[in-house]
Amino acid sequence: MKSLTLASIVLVLGTGAAFAQDVVRMGTEGAYPPYNFINDNGEIDGFERELGDELCARAELTCEWVTNDWDSIIPNLVSGNYDTIIAGMSITPERDEVIDFTQPYTQPDPSAVVGMIDGLDLAGAVIAAQTGTIQAGYVAQIGATLVEFSSPDETVAAVRNGEVDAVIADKEFLKPIVEEEADMMFVGEDILLGGGIGMGVRESDPELKATFDAAIQTMKDDGTLNALISKWLPASALF
Amino acid sequence: MFSFCSDPSTLDQLPWMACYLTTGKHMAFYTSFGTVLLLLAITAPVALLFGFGGAVASRSHIAPLRWFGKGYTSMVRGIPDIAFFLFVPIALDQGLELLRHKLRCPDWDMPVRQGNDFVVCDLAKLPLSNAPQWVHEGYGFTTAILAFAIVFGAFAANVIQGAMTAVPRAQMETAEAYGMSRRQSFWRILVPQMWVYALPGLSNLWQILVKATPLLFLLGVEDIVYWARELGGSKTSAFTYPHPDWRLYYFLFLLVFYLALTQVSEMAFARLTRKLSRGQATAAGEALRKASA
Repeated sequence: MKSLTLASIVLVLGTGAAFAQDVVRMGTEGAYPPYNFINDNGEIDGFERELGDELCARAELTCEWVTNDWDSIIPNLVSGNYDTIIAGMSITPERDEVIDFTQPYTQPDPSAVVGMIDGLDLAGAVIAAQTGTIQAGYVAQIGATLVEFSSPDETVAAVRNGEVDAVIADKEFLKPIVEEEADMMFVGEDILLGGGIGMGVRESDPELKATFDAAIQTMKDDGTLNALISKWLPASALF
Repeated sequence: MFSFCSDPSTLDQLPWMACYLTTGKHMAFYTSFGTVLLLLAITAPVALLFGFGGAVASRSHIAPLRWFGKGYTSMVRGIPDIAFFLFVPIALDQGLELLRHKLRCPDWDMPVRQGNDFVVCDLAKLPLSNAPQWVHEGYGFTTAILAFAIVFGAFAANVIQGAMTAVPRAQMETAEAYGMSRRQSFWRILVPQMWVYALPGLSNLWQILVKATPLLFLLGVEDIVYWARELGGSKTSAFTYPHPDWRLYYFLFLLVFYLALTQVSEMAFARLTRKLSRGQATAAGEALRKASA
């Protein structure tokens, strides 16, 4: 028993002398199509998967994809469980205090409200949003009643069940739902929130931030980023 | 899986269903049942060991050991599980990384805590960031087992301690009269007899443990409840197999699974109780004696 304990301590403290620290772990949520989702083969897929793989190829990094719950996605980045957040996260001043963002890889994305009643008065409505998103902050701001859910899918399910009057989220996420379900409709105008979507990195990791900034810039310059945006996010503005 | 699955949108209901239920994502769902069962199979004995240790420690004649045992049981039992599950794995992970950092990167000159960030050198990362994905998953699984074992061990310690005091005093006195040492009478008389008293409490704990596995996702282990929610959520045509909100069916399936698991363990505990009651100075033991006589 004693030698077993000792052996496991040695194992924990001593193994893996290999170097090659070029593996960058990419953290995403995997529940927000078309930005990132888990496809039917159980793999991470979507706009950000394709974008992230291209960025890693350009920066000559080996990347490994990890999924994490949205609620704890920032705490797990700062404690070092993965190295980037690439999860449809809009750049906001509040988040920027805790982590750093690369330059945005989408324009400020329109958010939209979807409900089942036409001509809903938003200020007096009950609106669902995902916890810890810019849209949740917006609902609180306009004085409507906010109901928070931990995953994007649950916010939409709440509208279907009649638990809330409407849901607010990125328009690209809601568009296919409105198109495919007859009783769901957009309510009111699009709302511009945040400063575009960027990749989150630790504040103590300026090198990685610079690497990805440069890679994003090359994709902007040669138009490949625009091609990706038109493929996955057809309603979004291009660069 | 099947050859006809290449274009699901053209399929009829039955083949569509066959294809749908055999996607990679569903395979991950089925595998997660194994994950949960494996977790239970490992956690239960480890927690029992922690519980036994805690019970022995809190009965000890050495004061510091007794304080430790009593402190462990009363503190852990008082803290909400969810707080414990968020704290233990992160604290454990950072503690180990800090230790490795000190050992392997002695000439690192930057502070480990930089604002919000916890930064250790690359060599101290646990697991190393270039380790394959299964190592990361295995590591998460291990911390999950440890967190479960610590929590459920504390409850088990209390149950076992109660069972130890329930063994009739006369049994111990007889052992002393035969000239057994403290250690001998503990291992030969007390321990074999206490299990029958501990069993009802332990079976309760087991059932609670079975139901507590959804807490796993807090620790990044994708368990059956996570997959049921992920698969059941409505899917737009961005997916190969679009469908409305099917969470109800997935959760009904989980209900059946959990009830079946409960039923099987109930039967196992009934057999165990019967076996342990044989020859005991309890009502159940007496009934067994009369039945066989």
